[in-house]
Amino acid sequence: MKSLGSIRRDFAPWNDPKAKPYIQFDGVTKRFGDFTAVNNLSLTIFEREFFALLGASGCGKSTLLRMLAGFEEPTAGRILLDGQDLRGIPPYRRPVNMMFQSYALFPHMTVENNIAFGLKQEGMPKPDIEKRVADMLKLVKLEQFAKRKPHQLSGGQRQRVALARSVAKRPKVLLLDEPLGALDKKLREETQFELMDLQQELGLTFVVVTHDQEEAMTMADRIAIMDKGEVMQVATPAEVYEAPTSRFVAHFVGNVNMFEGKVAERTDKATRITGATGAQIVVENGAAATGADIIFAIRPEKIRVSSKKPADAVNALEGEVYDIAYLGDMTVYHVRLDDGQIVRASALNAARVTEDPLTWNDRAWVSFRPDAGVVLAR
Amino acid sequence: MNATWSRFNITSITLGFAFLYLPIVLLVVFSFNESKLVTVWGGFSTKWYVSLFHNQGLMDAAWVTIRVGLISATVATVLGTMGALALTRYTRFRGRVLFSGMIFAPLVMPDVITGLSLLLLFVAIGMDRGMTTVILAHITFTMCFVAVVVQSRLVSFDRSLEEAAMDLGAPPVKTFFQITLPVILPAIVSGWMLAFTLSLDDLVIASFASGPGATTLPMKIYSQVRLGVTPEINAACTLLIAIVTVGVIIASVANKRREVQRQLDERAAQRG
Repeated sequence: MKSLGSIRRDFAPWNDPKAKPYIQFDGVTKRFGDFTAVNNLSLTIFEREFFALLGASGCGKSTLLRMLAGFEEPTAGRILLDGQDLRGIPPYRRPVNMMFQSYALFPHMTVENNIAFGLKQEGMPKPDIEKRVADMLKLVKLEQFAKRKPHQLSGGQRQRVALARSVAKRPKVLLLDEPLGALDKKLREETQFELMDLQQELGLTFVVVTHDQEEAMTMADRIAIMDKGEVMQVATPAEVYEAPTSRFVAHFVGNVNMFEGKVAERTDKATRITGATGAQIVVENGAAATGADIIFAIRPEKIRVSSKKPADAVNALEGEVYDIAYLGDMTVYHVRLDDGQIVRASALNAARVTEDPLTWNDRAWVSFRPDAGVVLAR
Repeated sequence: MNATWSRFNITSITLGFAFLYLPIVLLVVFSFNESKLVTVWGGFSTKWYVSLFHNQGLMDAAWVTIRVGLISATVATVLGTMGALALTRYTRFRGRVLFSGMIFAPLVMPDVITGLSLLLLFVAIGMDRGMTTVILAHITFTMCFVAVVVQSRLVSFDRSLEEAAMDLGAPPVKTFFQITLPVILPAIVSGWMLAFTLSLDDLVIASFASGPGATTLPMKIYSQVRLGVTPEINAACTLLIAIVTVGVIIASVANKRREVQRQLDERAAQRG
């Protein structure tokens, strides 16, 4: 069975028409004065989903999260959680908890009192609180730090305290605002996997806000890519990468080459595109009508660079090697086509020895399969 | 930086400290003077301290001053903290700039004007002058100092702490008392201490606002000095200086210790 990307997903309630939505944003708009932070946005998140809101700063993703937590009320539209309209419910009565970007640990309380704070608010009996706090400390491996104050902890430990505190109440939904933003790169990668394991273990619904696409791709079941207060695409990481639906998404996630052109001819199986400067490209999966102005987008790793034209290539364009970067695991080529466009291609260095080495200013061919790219509206 | 003691440095330091502390040193020395004459040394004695405690007038004045200071500093701290909260939190209300300017104006207002206007007010509303009016006057002029101190702390206060508390189920009032107040408490305490000190040594405003039976220590000292300085007054002032010095030393040592401990903790946390 063919599938996009390299992962087969068994958990996919969004493809199941009978699945009940857990969180629903229904035509939500939020304005601050003249500025529209979120514009008529609708979105559905399912139970036990790890959902990421991805976008540049100022795209409205944090506002969306804060509306879910109850710190902001929508100007228009409604937000439903498990069927209940959240309008007018203050943050302290919502069954969601948030992990803050700054962690917001209470500086005058010990680690265990920080974790116990939420449990005390709901009036849990003392022995139960002690047990839950001990469980939480064990979960984040901070047992021996229970009596410490936040300033006596390292950045990674603080992050784990914040996490333990926000899941201690077993919320219906955990909101994470740039949860790994303050950690260094190595720790961030480790923590990404820890968060995923934690979500599996607790069976909670996670909604994470991030500007880091790698983070979103690693952790999330589905990603909503946002721009200027609107959702551009909601899809699995593989779909977002391999089948972006707009120029913005294709550009925002990963590297991409774009060819502007026109649909010259359509048959049942293939679409022939004529580039602006005459290059001919044949693709299998284009839905645009004949004569339409389109963009053909293709990822660098789907393009092959060779010194001779491959005999079986459907799409092959000739040019000159303009730049090469050897990165160890892969090599990135910039090839200037004869029509002037520069194409970025990357080759995985799967073997230590290369049969067909290239150097600067060599004549070269770039080739790709008919199903390697996507056709986007211009 | 030049680490050697040049002649110029030594001279300027000596002159500077002499300028600052010579009058105080003289006062302290002569409080232990045997002689009744303030300017003639007659040998060491502590008898003026003994007689000070038998001087009912001075002791009464000291008691009034302490009560005025405690009450006015406490009320001013509550009001000043509330003002600071309003000014930092509700940043969008109409006339905020005017209001925040107005709360700080008394900082630079000459004491004479504050005192006189308060006196006029008390007369106008027919309020008998006494300890109550002194307390009211002191609340008025120390409140803005508290507001300034607390506001500077609130500006750097991380609002997400409050959001986190509410997110975890604490309603706003509980959040304020369990999170906000403990975190800004050091600033409130320094505001209180500032207000108390200002109230202790105020002469001008108290003179305007006070009436019979409510003489504060500075007023008492000033009125006695007009009749001639007695070594008793020197002794009283020496005690005041001692109290203030001890207070300042304790506060700064505690502060320094906390700071050093915090830095050590943080370094240890980064290592571990």
